[in-house]
This record gives sequence, C-alpha cells and structure tokens, in this order.
Amino acid sequence: MGYQDIIRQLALEDERIVVMTAENRAVIRELPQVLGDRFIDVGITEQTMIGMAAGLALRGRIPVCHALTTFLIMRAFEFIRTDVGIPALPVKLSGFIPGFLSDANGPTHQALEDISLMRGIPNMEVYCPADEEDMCGMLRDVWTIDKPSYIRLVTKATGFRHSAFERGKAEVISVGEDINIMVAGFLFGEALKAYEILSRMGYSVGLINMRSLKPVDESIIVSLAQTNSLLVTVEDHFITGGLYSIVAETLLKHRMTAAVHPFAMKDKWFRPALLEDVLRYEGFKGDQIAQNIHEVLQNENRYAELGTI
Amino acid sequence: MTTEKIQFLQQTALKVRHHIINMSTDGGCFIGASLSCADIMVYLYFEYLNLTPEQLNHPERDYVLLSKGHDVPALYGTFAELGWIEKDRLKNHLSTRDHIYWHPNRNIPGIEFHSGSLGHVPAVGLGIAMDCKMKKMSNKVIVITGDGELNEGSVWETLLVASAYKMNNFTLIVDRNAFQANMATEDLIPLEPLAEKFESFGCAVRRVDGHDFTAMDEAFRALPFSADKPNVIICDTVRGKGLPSIEKRADRWFVNFSHDEIAGLHLELEGKGSAGLHSETLTVR
Repeated sequence: MGYQDIIRQLALEDERIVVMTAENRAVIRELPQVLGDRFIDVGITEQTMIGMAAGLALRGRIPVCHALTTFLIMRAFEFIRTDVGIPALPVKLSGFIPGFLSDANGPTHQALEDISLMRGIPNMEVYCPADEEDMCGMLRDVWTIDKPSYIRLVTKATGFRHSAFERGKAEVISVGEDINIMVAGFLFGEALKAYEILSRMGYSVGLINMRSLKPVDESIIVSLAQTNSLLVTVEDHFITGGLYSIVAETLLKHRMTAAVHPFAMKDKWFRPALLEDVLRYEGFKGDQIAQNIHEVLQNENRYAELGTI
Repeated sequence: MTTEKIQFLQQTALKVRHHIINMSTDGGCFIGASLSCADIMVYLYFEYLNLTPEQLNHPERDYVLLSKGHDVPALYGTFAELGWIEKDRLKNHLSTRDHIYWHPNRNIPGIEFHSGSLGHVPAVGLGIAMDCKMKKMSNKVIVITGDGELNEGSVWETLLVASAYKMNNFTLIVDRNAFQANMATEDLIPLEPLAEKFESFGCAVRRVDGHDFTAMDEAFRALPFSADKPNVIICDTVRGKGLPSIEKRADRWFVNFSHDEIAGLHLELEGKGSAGLHSETLTVR
C-alpha cells in the first residue's frame, strides 16, 4: 500500500481529514475524485494553505498539507510557527522531495534545514521514515494524534520489513559492539548496505532507524553511547540542527560523550544531479559510507579528529 | 435601525473609547488604531453578529477574527461592555496576572484566534469559512484588517484563493484609517484606488463611513453581496477618532500616556476641553 492509498484509506475512514496542496499533485493525482471537496488545491500559495489549514483545524478538521518541502517549510515558515505552532493545532505537514530527493532541481529545492526548523517549533513533532513502507506504517499514528507534525515523505521502496511504529521510539534493527549506525530518512537503504558490508568485513555493527526525531528515542542514544562503539549518524540534512545535533544534545543532556562520526551536508548545498549521481558525488552510497567508517576505525588520527568537523 | 438603537450604539462606542484610553497608560497601547475601529466593533458585536456568550463555541456562530492585532483594546473594551469579561479585568492590561496584552489571544473568551503578525488571519478565516461551507452552514466569517496590513502579499494571495473558491461567506473588513505605523498610507505604499484593487481580485466591494452606524448597517445587511464572490467592506475611518489631540496624528500611533494625560483625554472624549498631550509615539515598536 502506497502513500496515496493510505491517505485515501485514512480519509475515507475519518471525515475530519482534508488534504490540501499547493498544486503539488504528482503523487496524489487520484485524490480529487475520491475526496471531493475535502481535496483543496490552493494553487501556488503555501502561506495561504497553512493559514487555511489552521482555520480548518480550528473547526475540528485534520488538514494534511502536501507540498514540496522547501516551499512548504520555508516559504510558509512563519505561518507554520505562528498559526499552527502557537495554538498547537493538528495540522499535518507532508513534505515532498526533502533532502537529496530533490535530486537535480538545484539548491532552491534542497530542503536540508527542514528538520532543524520544524523541531524548533514547540509542540511540532518530526518524523523521518526510512522508505514508503515505513512511512505508511506510521501515518495513521502520526495523523490521528492531536498535535501538529511534519513528516519527510519517502515514496521509495527498499523491501525491508520494518517493525511496528511507535512514537518516540527508534527501530532498532541491531546493536553492534564496534559500530552503531543511526540513520534518519531514505538514506536508510544506503545505511543498510553499509551495515551489510561492514558486517562482512568482520565488524560488529548496529543499525538504528531514527524514524521518530521529535519526540526522539533518548534511551537508545544513551544506551548506544554506553557501548563504547563508534556512533555514526547518517542524514541528508545540514549538519546543524538535524540527527547529529539531536544526538549531541541528547548526550549533553545526559552528561555523556561518545565518538560520533556524522554523514551530513557540512555547510554546503549538494551538487544537483540525478539521485544516484548525487549520492556517489557526495559520498553517501552504502559502499562509500562503509569504506569511510572503516578508514576512521583503521586510522587513529582520523578517529581522534571526530568532533572537529 | 431606530434612532434609539443608533444612540445606544454611539453611547456604547463612547464607553469603549474610555476603556481604550484607560489602556493607553502604564505601558500604553496602539491607541490610534484602536479608536479608529471602535465603532466597527460595537456595530458588529452589539447589532450584527449571530453570537451570544452561550454560543462562543457553537459551530454555527458567526466569526470575527482580528487580523490587525494592534487594535485589540477596542475589542476588549467591547467585550467588557458586553459583559463577556469583567470590566475590572481590563486593569490587568500588560500584567502576567492575565492575558490582556498588546495583541489578541485565545485565552480571552470571544477571541477566535491570536494575531500580531500581519497578513495571516485572512487565510485562517478563509479556512474557517471553507469548513462552514463544506458543512452547508450559513455562518458568516469576518476578518478585520488594517489598511497598512494590505502591504502584505499574503492578504492578496488569500483573496485570489477566496475568489477561486467563490467564498461568499467570507468578508474582509478594512479599517481604512489611512495611516500605517509611521505615516499616511498614501505617502508610503499608496493603496488607492483600493476598491478597484479588490474588485480586480474577484471580490464584491462596498465602501462606507466606518463611524456611521446607519451606513454600516446598510452594507452589512446586504451580505453576501453576490452568489459567488468573497466580500470586502472598506470602512473609511479616522485614526484616533473621538480625540482631536490624537486624530490623524502620525506621532500618536503607540503611546504610553501619563495618568494626568489620560485624565485629560477622558474629558476631551466627552467634549470638555483639550487634553494637552506631550507624550509622543514610542519609536521602539
């Protein structure tokens, strides 16, 4: 069952749900016929869409706002913060082509600060599913809770069978003694490959799907830090404010430290190209991640430099 | 409206203006913008709206949303006269004892939505209006904006959408007091011809004297103005209306008056002399 199927199912079950879009219909083309006046396309007016969503939520609706992430989150940021965040209305932001998924569009479309911006808003929850199956497994929970939320959409399949979603909990695939890879979002597929490669190389590797970023699973971060392994964060987000920051904040809160090796965009936008090229160029393919981690573990100097990014 | 009704509304508006004056000391308030829309507020809440204290959460109530948040003293003064909040509560203005501060918020009964950031609430009102229409309810949704607020592009964006969806249960009131924060609107970002601008965005427009209850009543009773257009009522008003020492003064936008000055203003409002003001607008806001 895909994204459009799950929206259709949830909306038909619950008439409070209305689907809004700023003319981004690519993955929801069948919804107008199914939802009738509960499908509201406002044209290219992200700010108005969010204000209207707040008004609809005041009336008891659950608006799902589907738009390209950069414009949804950044053009309309102050509307989200002010009209949705302050009153904590259950508006459900659904961000299409976040991070690397904007592939060849160029930096105007690269949402690499969306997690940082959204988790800074009080009451706003932030979810970062690994793949389409993972996303569809969480939408019912995420959309029926009476809070605002932001979800990074992923319409790609990995074939991985995910465990049941729980708000505020990471999906722990395994915990390793040498390396533990925490990943947020669609890079799960690459992290999974890195996990397999490193395991074949003889390392004891853990893999953790950090699909609930706010609320975040603090206990798994703390327990991984206690393993004395190399912690790795993988995200298609700026290094500031995303998963790496969340891990750092959590460790500090618990008066802990750890060796943490981040894969993130370090104060730059990525080179626009088709997705596979982007991943290769920026060093986020599974084999590159594995090789990079291996080098850090083999090289005392590089290990010692962690934290000096 | 009967002569008695008009006199009652005028007397009520005078009381609301006294409340506004009281809120312009010990920290101050946006007195000019509050005075300009006091008659609009009184007309809406005492004459027009389908809204009673028991109905404040009723799904078929009429909605008023204040987008130009600066003028909330006029709304609080109106609520005090309606008995929705205790008159004594207005003394809590700007204190952590209460929630009566410079912009509206939903902790005060009767406030439908908070505002302060300009150009937001038209869209919020449109969302409310859309739900009402989807549920085939006949409530009216009224959003009050300032004229300076019309600088914000989001207002016009929202009107495009309101027009596209033929939202004739949605009404934008413009408190056209001809000033924005520091100067006359026409000296900074000219708005005229304003009615034509709204019409070209697909709205049905009327323009009335926002201090004339009969004229306002004629316009509001004609709502909706068409079967398929959002409505705009431009209310021509005077910034600082009722206090000649403040009227049309760019330097009396946000003022924190002394107790002596507000004593003078209360007398001036009753037509008993001039307040002799020396406090001017604060430049920090």
